[in-house]
Amino acid sequence: MSELVNEYLLLTLACGAGTYLWRGLGVAVSSRIRPESELFAWVGCVAFAMIAGLISRILFLPSGALEVTSLWQRLLGAAAALAVYYLISRRNLFAGVLAGGAAMYALLLLQH
Amino acid sequence: MNAAAEGSGRRAALRDGVLAAAGVPALVLITGYLGFGALAAGNGLSLPGTVLSTLLLWALPGQLILVEMHTLGAPFALVLLTVMFSAVRFLPMTVVLMPLLREARERPLHYYAAAQFLSMSGWAWTMTRFPDMAPERRLPYFLGFAGTLMLAATLATAAGFVGGDLLPKLAKLAMVFMSPMYFLLLMTGEARQLMARLSLLCGAVAGPLLHLVAPHASVLAGGLIGGTVAYGVHRAWRNRSARLGAR
Repeated sequence: MSELVNEYLLLTLACGAGTYLWRGLGVAVSSRIRPESELFAWVGCVAFAMIAGLISRILFLPSGALEVTSLWQRLLGAAAALAVYYLISRRNLFAGVLAGGAAMYALLLLQH
Repeated sequence: MNAAAEGSGRRAALRDGVLAAAGVPALVLITGYLGFGALAAGNGLSLPGTVLSTLLLWALPGQLILVEMHTLGAPFALVLLTVMFSAVRFLPMTVVLMPLLREARERPLHYYAAAQFLSMSGWAWTMTRFPDMAPERRLPYFLGFAGTLMLAATLATAAGFVGGDLLPKLAKLAMVFMSPMYFLLLMTGEARQLMARLSLLCGAVAGPLLHLVAPHASVLAGGLIGGTVAYGVHRAWRNRSARLGAR
């Protein structure tokens, strides 16, 4: 277990450095590149698709703690979050996310 | 302006940045990081590494990728490569922000430090306000704003982790579930352009499908495939409507 924790810490340090690389590079080359190029448009698409794919995978095929919840509970929870965010609260992120969590809690209580 | 007046002007700008962040912007981030902390705890990861990821990565998508891929047992190099790919967006973001910060001609080290504090929410907020702000106020305002967000997010990460551990099992699960909900609402709400919507849709389909074939590589491969398809479809559609328009 302690070996796993160490790898997690090392990975966090490496990913922090890897993320900073782009930030620092941005400062260094800021006067020499065009941010509105086609390359960055593509990179933006890939980044968006990456996180969309991860979230959709967590909803449909979760790993970790959410494994014990069922698909219909996750889908109903997501529906509650979307409904409160788009229909009821006029795009209040806090209210929408809270509604998703509350719906999941209620659905889990119903099951037990 | 003499040195004393300039110093108090900077302090006032810093304070304005702190006050601007301590409201809706911080609350939005707290919502995301509470769920992230609970999710990391639910995945059995350690508190120090999880809190450190907020300070060092300072990018919730990258942090979620790190936590989820590590939990699945993906190899070190693949996790690093995927997180780095998700962070490329910081390059154009920094490039756009820097000319506005540079008008005040601070020492270069200050800009390299400011770059670590940059996040999507801090970037969007300051980009709309900088053009109307005196150049020498911008850097202290930015540091006050982004520093407040980072502090709030770090505390929320720890609170989500510890809170998630202390809560009864069902309440903890509900809190973990808030993390994907945050991204679901944030991404669908922010994606106003066709290209962003196509990327969301293609990524959401490609991610789970590739997970069935190659779970460790699914985030990177799903993003590359889904994002490239979205980019290609958008480009073809744009060229076609440009041709029709020219006719």
